[in-house]
Amino acid sequence: MEIYLDNSATTKPYLPVVKLMVYNMKNFFGNPSSLHAKGIMAEKLIKKAKNQISEVLRCSPNELFFTSGGTESNNLAIQGIVRANRGKHILSTQIEHPATLNTLKYLESIGYEIEVISVDSDGVVVLEEIENKIKEDTVLVTVMHANNEIGTIEPILKIAKLIRRINSNTYFHVDACQSYCKIPFTVDELGCDLLSISSHKIHGPKGVGCLYVRGGTRVSPIIFGGGQQKDLRPGTENVVSISAFGLASEISGKNMLESSKKMRNLNNLLRKHILKNIDNVFINTPLKNFVPHILNVSFKGVKSQVLLNHLDKEFIYVSSGAACSSRKNKPSYVLGSIGLSPDLIESSIRFSLSVFTTIEEIERTILCLTKLVPKLRRIGEL
Amino acid sequence: MKSVILLKYGEIFLKKLNRKFFEKRLLEDIKEKLKRCGSFNVTQFQSTVFLEPTEDNFNTRIAIELLKKVFGISKICVAFYCPKEIEKIKSLAFEVLESRMNEKNIKSFKVETVREDKNFFLNSMQINVLIGSFILEKFRGLKVNVRNPEIILNIEIRKKCYVYVQCIKGLGGMPTKTNGRALALLSGGIDSPVAAFMLGKRGVEIETIHFHSYPYTSERAKEKVIELLNKLSEYLGKMSLFIVPFTDIQLALIKNINKKYLTIFIRRYMMKIAEKIAIKNSMQSLITGESVGQVASQTMESIVVTDNSVSLPIFRPLIGMDKNEIISISRNIGTYEISILPYEDCCTLFVPKHPIIKPKLKDVIEIEKNLEKENTIKEMLDESIKNSEIISSV
Repeated sequence: MEIYLDNSATTKPYLPVVKLMVYNMKNFFGNPSSLHAKGIMAEKLIKKAKNQISEVLRCSPNELFFTSGGTESNNLAIQGIVRANRGKHILSTQIEHPATLNTLKYLESIGYEIEVISVDSDGVVVLEEIENKIKEDTVLVTVMHANNEIGTIEPILKIAKLIRRINSNTYFHVDACQSYCKIPFTVDELGCDLLSISSHKIHGPKGVGCLYVRGGTRVSPIIFGGGQQKDLRPGTENVVSISAFGLASEISGKNMLESSKKMRNLNNLLRKHILKNIDNVFINTPLKNFVPHILNVSFKGVKSQVLLNHLDKEFIYVSSGAACSSRKNKPSYVLGSIGLSPDLIESSIRFSLSVFTTIEEIERTILCLTKLVPKLRRIGEL
Repeated sequence: MKSVILLKYGEIFLKKLNRKFFEKRLLEDIKEKLKRCGSFNVTQFQSTVFLEPTEDNFNTRIAIELLKKVFGISKICVAFYCPKEIEKIKSLAFEVLESRMNEKNIKSFKVETVREDKNFFLNSMQINVLIGSFILEKFRGLKVNVRNPEIILNIEIRKKCYVYVQCIKGLGGMPTKTNGRALALLSGGIDSPVAAFMLGKRGVEIETIHFHSYPYTSERAKEKVIELLNKLSEYLGKMSLFIVPFTDIQLALIKNINKKYLTIFIRRYMMKIAEKIAIKNSMQSLITGESVGQVASQTMESIVVTDNSVSLPIFRPLIGMDKNEIISISRNIGTYEISILPYEDCCTLFVPKHPIIKPKLKDVIEIEKNLEKENTIKEMLDESIKNSEIISSV
């Protein structure tokens, strides 16, 4: 039995999504820009997907632009805003995804002023810092909704209100890749101008994402082409994946309350039993305001890579920190930001659940951990 | 202009009686390497290999890139040819030089002639003068500089006359599989692939072995070593990788041995397994990437203790090199980028904080005797060998 607990990295596509993709690929291969029937059919699929996503976000379908994924959505939002508007100052947080941080690093290299807000030990941004740092010249504030490593949910609406109060010209972008369809929200409840979401985190295919841009927001394109998607994101649309993203959104959206509750219960069970069965563990995910699918734990004295491999041998798939950063084998900056010591960072494991996770899987995971962690600690001490 | 690739030998030309054998191996290596470049004829005469495309779509640019990875070649020259008539040689020399001058502003040159056909009516000096003065007439502003010319116009009088201006440095060394077989230990780090490469360069047929400690190291560590294998085989030809499961032996050692000796014993048992596999597969030696003094397990004393564990010779071509020199070779051969992928060192679990730096052979042998008396470690070695996986390079 394989137990997949790396759903923050990516998720298994829903079966109806896979079937829809095969069907659409066979039957609707037209170019959505073509004027004939084949083209119109393809265009209809895109419209439908926009409707399905706008249904979840409660926005207008016209405010949605499809991209190649979360990374591109963040790039388009950040670079698009600063290119189209005045202001050289950008605010963000310490714990953003590399797609955001490295875009900002690039902008800094070409003359923008980037300031990074710190987070507290739960990973929550310090609101006073935002308040103090927004200035006349601030063109953009970009903050993630839920952190991909530790699961903390940021107080987005509070930040939005702060921004409105201090500088009504400042735009607000939210990276919602880890929260979309995991916890209920609408764009108005968040109060953002732009919002990034990704398909493969919600049981859709990889290679497609979406950027919500509130009507009236000025954004410049970052790639140029044949005029598709109101020229903001040209290029022939990835019809099959977009349509699948729409369906994945619809399914996830409909079941959100129920699946969210289920994941939260399993998450709590995992947390409770790890704490009960194993000594010297530290839960890095906060006790409240966290997304239901993420639990980050440090098993002190056991290198996360070693534990990960041993779980792998038991067909239990987890991640050490974020999948993107575990490739580079650098200690997680997110865990560093919440004040974790190097030995706890080195021993951190991220479990991330999905709607498919069962109680049996969680129980077996707890059993394996209870067996493995003391054994590996003994070997480490010898 | 019709072109041909001239390949100059490295050290092979020093050989006497067994030269034919080396030349045959070199031609086989060249044919094998270029088999996807289109069809060509390859012949050999007087320390030179002539590689002549026989179809128009032969890709010379890619062929040269591949030839740069063939051991035994010291120079790769793209030459043009004409009949051995002085007027034709003049006009070919002019054309060759002109096309080069169009790419680059050149101010000085010299002519260098090799006359392999001693019956030709002019000798080398005379040809140099004749062609040189012709060129001087044709190109205004161009001067002869015998000591330090910007460009050398090479003329070779053979069955035909060959003219070329550009030579690319080859790898040198000896053709593959001309000098015995050896088993190289690949850890996944920077040094070991360089060590394997260096003996491969001397014509040694190389096979490789890697010790895998899953689940203490990841599956990716294994994938990385396979990537190194494939990179090395671009030079060394088809080769195998023995992947030996080592976890159980390591755990047994951790349990039974004073931690400061751990690395020493891990190395001794790796050597013992490597030797068994080498002998079974008719290989005559082992190769490691050790460099004296690099880490605790590579002090003189540690190397002596490691050496003692087997009777086959262990070759350590990097023994006197600095890390920087090793890195520079590994960059040149393209293994560096693979070696620095981070999957290897996740297993610091097995590295003691304070390893013994100057182990005494007498003590080590004593410890090993006791260990083998009380444990089934010898059986474990055979078990590991039995369970090893053999992977071929692509």
